[in-house]
Amino acid sequence: MRSSVYYKAKKGAINTLIHLFLLSVTVSCLYPLLWMVSSSLKTQETIFNDFSLIPHQLHLSNYVLAWRAGGFGRYFLNSVFYTAAVVTGIVIVASLAAYAFSRLKFPGKNVLFIMFIAAMMIPIPGSFVALYVLLNKLHLRNTPIGYILAMINVGLSMSIFLLKTFFDKLPTELEDQARIDGCSKLGIWWHVALPLAKPVLAVVVVFNALVVWNEYILALIIFDSRQFMPLQVAIKLFQGEFVTNYPLLMAGLTIAALPIIIVYLVMQKYIVKGVTSGALYG
Amino acid sequence: MRVKYILENYLFIVPAVLIFAIFYIIPFIYVFRLSFFDWDGIVPLREASFLGLANFKEILLQDPSWWQAMRNAGWITLIALTFQNALAFLLALACDREIRMRNFYRVVFFIPPVLSEIVVGFVWRFIINDVEGANMVNRMLLQLGLPQFVHSWLSDPKYALTTVAIVHSWKGFGWGFLIFLAGLQTIPRELYEAARIDGANAWRSFKSVTLPLMVPVIILVTILTVLGTMQAFVLIIGLVGGEFAGHTSVPVLRILAVMRDSSRFGYACAQGITFGAILIIISFIQYRFSKERQPVKT
Repeated sequence: MRSSVYYKAKKGAINTLIHLFLLSVTVSCLYPLLWMVSSSLKTQETIFNDFSLIPHQLHLSNYVLAWRAGGFGRYFLNSVFYTAAVVTGIVIVASLAAYAFSRLKFPGKNVLFIMFIAAMMIPIPGSFVALYVLLNKLHLRNTPIGYILAMINVGLSMSIFLLKTFFDKLPTELEDQARIDGCSKLGIWWHVALPLAKPVLAVVVVFNALVVWNEYILALIIFDSRQFMPLQVAIKLFQGEFVTNYPLLMAGLTIAALPIIIVYLVMQKYIVKGVTSGALYG
Repeated sequence: MRVKYILENYLFIVPAVLIFAIFYIIPFIYVFRLSFFDWDGIVPLREASFLGLANFKEILLQDPSWWQAMRNAGWITLIALTFQNALAFLLALACDREIRMRNFYRVVFFIPPVLSEIVVGFVWRFIINDVEGANMVNRMLLQLGLPQFVHSWLSDPKYALTTVAIVHSWKGFGWGFLIFLAGLQTIPRELYEAARIDGANAWRSFKSVTLPLMVPVIILVTILTVLGTMQAFVLIIGLVGGEFAGHTSVPVLRILAVMRDSSRFGYACAQGITFGAILIIISFIQYRFSKERQPVKT
């Protein structure tokens, strides 16, 4: 018989190895981001000489330059605006539809719902070509409203699916009570169903916010004018023009990355929920 | 009364259906219609010449750059399926144990997936840049005494595609990790307990308890990985740059290049349909394959 000391030592050794493995992956996840922030605080002269993670001198001037001369102030506000508008739109449109699919009766209900779900699963890789043509025809290309509507559509199916699943499991007592009290259907949706759906609405909000903030291809084909562009597209343009100014580019990247990292850290509970429940439809 | 009741209910879905019809259904039909034309996107469509299936014939028979792009995407996907998913699975296994800082790891591993592909592409491009002596990966290799592994990771055609695949895996493994972890946590702890009492060692209980119960999750992650990786392209724009052709092109980049650089809208749509069909067929095969391999539940 081996002693319990042996097993304890063995377990300790295994745990140490596991931590080493996990820590090395952690470093590989964080290092590039720390390097990005660190480089954004260096200058053209020091960026390819000073390889310390904490620069000897901190130059915040790159941020001032990126924000003003690089136009990042404008692009940042554009991104904030699109994210807010699209997420608000999705919450209203998707929750109305999900509520109807779960609670109300009307002909064609199942067919319509299956259509939304099928859209979630059928890949159409070239759809941006058609969207470009269509938005041109509708005179919605190079307009914020065209982009916002197209992006609402991107998040719609998934959000309807999440919300409908939630409403299906929700007891109807409170809604029945409201109906007896003479509340209209729209009133019940707004005053009863939406407040109850807060946990899943949080998932919908955070998830779609991530998608909109990071979106690239639709913004690329929809916008010609710089004044409308969100951050992701602007960074690419910026990189083309300031090819060799790495500190400035890193400052721009930090401006684009930091808000989403903060939102993620604060709301990570909901994101994990979204990933796992989104994956479960399969 | 009855009609009013139903109309009132329709009001709830009208906004969703309208947006869906305009931005999903109509483009969907458009893609198919345009794929039969030789159209530059400028002249009215009725003046464009109708080609029948010629666009598709050209893709299948006369477009080596398209098939090169398909092979490239296939290679990236292969690395994502093996390296990325194996890493995700191992990390999930490690975090499924009673281990300190579990939540910390879980939070960190999902940071790369929340970043945009543009940001990730540019940051990595900066880390492995071509400036003499400033490539951080090469610096590290030199410090470790491994000068034979120093390469121009992005400009050397021999390594560029694999570099793209590795960065893609760096960005993507957090997804698989979270889904695997959620799957592992649904396995009842009593099963492990029972296996231990029956004298099974760690490997045995992994093989007989964990793996069979994880098969559906593994299949799900596999399908999601294939669909996601085959269609990835924004990361390549950030990482490799604007040159859409060349040794790191993938199908969606070809579609974008054909539309924007050559103004062949019809051909771009035909490529989109071909690619979409290929993806659906692959997913379907994976799904059927998984049905056959599904272990019999006792």
